[in-house]
Amino acid sequence: MSVDGHLEALRREGRIVIVGASLAGLRAAETLRAEGFTGTLTLVGDEPHEPYDRPPLSKQVLLGKVPADHTRLPRRRPIDAQWRLGSAATGLDLAARRVRLADGDTLDYDRLLIATGVRARPWPHELEAELDGVFVLRTQDDAARLHHRLAAGPRRVLVIGAGFTGSEIASACREREVPVTVAERAAAPLVGALGGVVGEVAAELQRAHGVDLRCGVLVTGLEGDSAGRVRKAHFSDGSAVEADIVVVALGATRNTEWLADSGLGAGPRGIACDAGCRAFDVRGIVTDDVFVAGDVARSPHPLFGYQFLSLEHWGNAVAQAEVAAHNMVSASAERRPHLWMPSFWSAQFGVNIKSVGVPPMADQILVSQGSLAEHRFTAAYGYQGRVIAAVTFDQAKWLDFYERQIEQAAPFPPEFTTVDRRPEGHQPVSAGFPDPSQPTHGPTVTLSGYSPTDRRVSFTPRRA
Amino acid sequence: MTSVALLGQILDYANRPDPYPLYAELRRTPVVRDESGPYLVSTYWEIKGLLHDPRVSSDARNLTPDAAAAVGHEQDPDLPPSFLLLDPPEHDRLRRLAMRPFGPPHTPRRVFEMHGELAGIVSGLIDGLRGRDTVDLVDDVSYPFPVTVICRILGVPREDESHFHEWADTIAAGLDPIGTAEERAAMAQAVRQARADLARYLAELIEERRRAPRDDMLSAMATEHGPDGQLSPVEMITTSVLLLIAGHETTVNLITNGMLTLLRNPDVLKRLRGEPGLVVPLVEELLRFEPPVQMLPQRTTLADIDIAGTVIPQGAPLFLMVASGNRDPQRFTDPDRFVPDRPDNEHLGFGHGLHSCFGAPLARLEAQLALTELVRRLDAPQLVEDPPPYRQNAVLRGPRHLPLTIGGVRD
Repeated sequence: MSVDGHLEALRREGRIVIVGASLAGLRAAETLRAEGFTGTLTLVGDEPHEPYDRPPLSKQVLLGKVPADHTRLPRRRPIDAQWRLGSAATGLDLAARRVRLADGDTLDYDRLLIATGVRARPWPHELEAELDGVFVLRTQDDAARLHHRLAAGPRRVLVIGAGFTGSEIASACREREVPVTVAERAAAPLVGALGGVVGEVAAELQRAHGVDLRCGVLVTGLEGDSAGRVRKAHFSDGSAVEADIVVVALGATRNTEWLADSGLGAGPRGIACDAGCRAFDVRGIVTDDVFVAGDVARSPHPLFGYQFLSLEHWGNAVAQAEVAAHNMVSASAERRPHLWMPSFWSAQFGVNIKSVGVPPMADQILVSQGSLAEHRFTAAYGYQGRVIAAVTFDQAKWLDFYERQIEQAAPFPPEFTTVDRRPEGHQPVSAGFPDPSQPTHGPTVTLSGYSPTDRRVSFTPRRA
Repeated sequence: MTSVALLGQILDYANRPDPYPLYAELRRTPVVRDESGPYLVSTYWEIKGLLHDPRVSSDARNLTPDAAAAVGHEQDPDLPPSFLLLDPPEHDRLRRLAMRPFGPPHTPRRVFEMHGELAGIVSGLIDGLRGRDTVDLVDDVSYPFPVTVICRILGVPREDESHFHEWADTIAAGLDPIGTAEERAAMAQAVRQARADLARYLAELIEERRRAPRDDMLSAMATEHGPDGQLSPVEMITTSVLLLIAGHETTVNLITNGMLTLLRNPDVLKRLRGEPGLVVPLVEELLRFEPPVQMLPQRTTLADIDIAGTVIPQGAPLFLMVASGNRDPQRFTDPDRFVPDRPDNEHLGFGHGLHSCFGAPLARLEAQLALTELVRRLDAPQLVEDPPPYRQNAVLRGPRHLPLTIGGVRD
């Protein structure tokens, strides 16, 4: 009774603080109200803006189709929250249940949700990073500045890093008919996320659209002119390129520094949490009042060997926020696990790319439908004899089927034929992911972790 | 192996007005072999799964010879199949080429920009009802409206309608998987003849448009070149036959079923009159509740498919009973009730996946405009008989006539 009474009081008049006012934070706030939470709700955000949508920033905004400040997220319901925008959280006292803000204020909570996400990894050389014309792209302000400079008609743009963000920026440049060079350390674009076989297709796409794509090179330095504007970049192969805009697209860093010394299990790979979104402390003990959601979270997934997955996916942020919010105000028996099927999309060079599952976990790939040469295909990814992921280029309508295959741990290579199977679709080949022990900048998925004992799903591949 | 004998009853004309109790019985076994041969799939999730399953083919050449004979899918020796009955990659290429002059990404505003023109056609037809106290909704509005529209879009002269009306009806009737071997043979022969006649008619028209292009789809198909090249002359014919038939035989039922449903639910009709914006979700509910295409009888399997406790063997005929899936209580709460603003209404009325309805945006707009205007302008409409007389066709199901009495026509 007393436990029920406690929960009832929490739902009625508790204090919930959400740190992070982007997609996950907003959706969690809305879910809390939808679940009947009537207490005090505070949203803390380091940016001054109300929650906005990020996928358009590297696409429609750079093309000038949508102004950067017109990307505000639609609201599902009123949330009656106290907003603390433009004031980053700087510390957490787990024992006192208190968050410290940059402006010196403190916020007491009964339940805390951490959804601080990630930020763009800056150019490592600070003086070079400060040159005029050197950009990253993560926030609305970044997008507004970059769009402004693209609209002014630069002579050449250099994009450093051919992950999804870098490739989408290069695509927008080409659509604007701006000359663009892309420098990528790996052998092809998108290799970290999709592997070498599909990466080759991405490379062909870029070159076919007039991108000066340089793979297997590092940018060793950026050079400015006397006025402090970027002018030139030097590459590890001894070559150089003149560019008046340089976009650094080297992936993201998780916003967890403010939790250092808090005792929470937070670090560069994110904040570890259980399937119910409860954060672990550094001792490996799960907390009961601190929850995590979105890009900054790292949680175990039974379909993928109970690895702790950290997903920078739009859909994951929404789904995890909803589960976290529900669990924050529910009794333990009513809590739900976050067992979202990883999926994401990208639009670049006129192609719609979609993915389900966890491609980087795969060792093999089979083009089960369509053809790589036509840039229109469905590729199934296999790991230890079962289907673990699928990627489509302009064939998204088939993904539902492959999602079921992943959920059912269907055997790989597939034992059946399909419509549009080509000769190349008869033998699996190596998926071509870079050695994970090498540093790599662009994976959208990070894998690590162990197997807990509480198994909710067991898979039995038909072939060992 | 368990089998049922329900398909015969569903196809029986006596059950045309209300096949839904038969579908309910069918759903007791989600995937089952009918004694007449085909595998019937009647539940929502199974149908949706198979519509997205790359092991399912729309190409009758993948049926086993026995199965092809049993369901009467014989190849037309004169004319190859349209993209409706093809698999990727041919299907994808043909559909992309057909979509170029019709919709996104190449012509994104085509349907949107027809709004005013379509509204004008509907009001003209309703104006024609002035001074009458009985009307046949089918002959007076729901048939002429979409036919006029598809003729304009394609560039087929409306005055030739009397020629191709009968061909179109015959070809549509050929979709029905009907009775005895003799009947099927006779039907196949009639369909082949109608297709040949319609093809000849369209071939001449396409040639005319190629020489003197206008602003219509036949001209675009005959003259434009895109990244996929161009349709071959035969592909132009099969594609335009498909679009003409589809534009002819389906939306008429959507509009007629809509008016029938509204007259059976006077409270909803009244609500729509005061709240025209309701028509958007209402048409979606109509597509769920009384879908113009009741089943998709032309699929087969490229491999054995293990689904819902049944293995559908490779090459078997597969009928996806979408009208039944739309009433599946596992998916829709209170499925036999017409709820005009039903939330979460992802119905199967336009199919799903690769072959999802090509003309859906146009059909939606036509039904929305027609129903809003009919409800706004017809005074005191009443059904003369319920149920009305139905067309023979069980796949493209709808009333042949919908006689109404009206008190007058408003401005």
